[in-house]
Amino acid sequence: MNQITLFDLLQIMSTCSGTDEAVSLSEDVTDVEFLELGYDSLAVLEIVTQVQRQFGLSISDEDIETLTTPASMLEFINGNLAAA
Amino acid sequence: MTRMVVTGIGVVAPTGLNTEQHWDAVLNGRGGIRQIGSFDASRYATTVAGQVTGFDPAATVPVRLIRETDRMTQLAFVAAEEAFADAKVDLTQIPDLDMAVITANSSGGVEFGQRELQKLYGEGAHAVGAYMSIAWFYAATTGQLSIRHGMRGPCGVMVTEQAGGLDVFGQSRRVLAKGIRLVLGGGTDASLSPYGLTCQLSTRLLSSCPAPERAFVPFDAGASGYVPGEGGAMLVLEDVDVAASRNVTSYYGHIAGYAATTDPRPGSGRPPSMRRAIELALADAEAEPGEVDVVFADGYGVPDLDRQEADAISAVFGPRGVPVSLPKTLTGRLYAGGAALDAVSALLALRDQVIPPAIGIAAPAFESQLDLVLDEPRPARLNTAVLLARGYGGFNAAVVIRRTL
Repeated sequence: MNQITLFDLLQIMSTCSGTDEAVSLSEDVTDVEFLELGYDSLAVLEIVTQVQRQFGLSISDEDIETLTTPASMLEFINGNLAAA
Repeated sequence: MTRMVVTGIGVVAPTGLNTEQHWDAVLNGRGGIRQIGSFDASRYATTVAGQVTGFDPAATVPVRLIRETDRMTQLAFVAAEEAFADAKVDLTQIPDLDMAVITANSSGGVEFGQRELQKLYGEGAHAVGAYMSIAWFYAATTGQLSIRHGMRGPCGVMVTEQAGGLDVFGQSRRVLAKGIRLVLGGGTDASLSPYGLTCQLSTRLLSSCPAPERAFVPFDAGASGYVPGEGGAMLVLEDVDVAASRNVTSYYGHIAGYAATTDPRPGSGRPPSMRRAIELALADAEAEPGEVDVVFADGYGVPDLDRQEADAISAVFGPRGVPVSLPKTLTGRLYAGGAALDAVSALLALRDQVIPPAIGIAAPAFESQLDLVLDEPRPARLNTAVLLARGYGGFNAAVVIRRTL
């Protein structure tokens, strides 16, 4: 897999929160901050943990701090996957 | 001076999923000790435990919170909801910094912790979830309750094993005296996972008896150790005048006295200090031993420790000087939840004027010292109760509860 889709990311977010709520998330939330979506810093860390695990990526703590929205995280992941 | 009263109660225990279920089970001798069902414990030295059955946290708390917490915290979430509803308190009407959460905890979130440690050993560090950082430690339950209910005052956690459920009352009174308006206090533990049980077995104080009805018989000639259990209770604690200011004038009881002691180191030759804890708690309540109508004993179920407690009770109250209640024969020892649940039973005993019995004691071993209430509830005029608790490592605590101020 070279790239992941927004749907993939929303699936991971859904798994991390243990809910089906990602189903109702749509593209218009991609630029909303995780915090506003109900994901605190630990929840974001959990998402990143899952992403690293599923896609074999290594994301530094410094980079995690910049990933404040689903869009920015998606862009970062795909950038790394393309470079890999 | 602070006069701390209990205005709300919530229970999740082997005896029931709410306060009235628990009380009905206690008065009818319906126990929750059975073969361990959460995993195959057949090869462990202890195979029975007091277990909470039919518990569904998702009915009360969001799935997201369940995912990031251990069972011990989930039990507290549900008990806290019941306690707040019972206290008829609207938390939005009280400033967040004027409310505190103080729980007891002794095992930590061992089930959650085991799951993540297995990922660490099996798959590597990258596989460990982020919530491992907050779910397993002693203060996790206090922290989650504080966040969930917006209670940001002087929160804390008492880590004195089974004595913790009483130490919570001492600490709660301390913060109320500083002007805090409301405390959510109590304790829950849930350590019936393979790793959790293994940790407990190291003390060699647990019963190896596989028969649930005979495995935990404190003060019995056949006592051979204790049965572990899970669950506990949460209580809403307020100063009586502060409660009155929100038009609450009825309460379950007044926590009139509290004391804690620690035992001397083994081999010192000095006596254990439970007797001193009882005497100090009575002095704190300005109560004479003769005023006490019932004692809820610690009831370790370990012969030497039963002897020490029988000696302490009969030294303070006289031989057979006070009825002794032991509802924990139905649940096993719940660690941090044990004394909190005993406090609930004592408060309901004061409410209903009846002493709950010990169940399953076939051969009482301390009959000349203890008037143990056996098999059937005993109606009695009850105004003052004493609660005793001991925690592994030498912790003792005693609390005096009065029906009225």
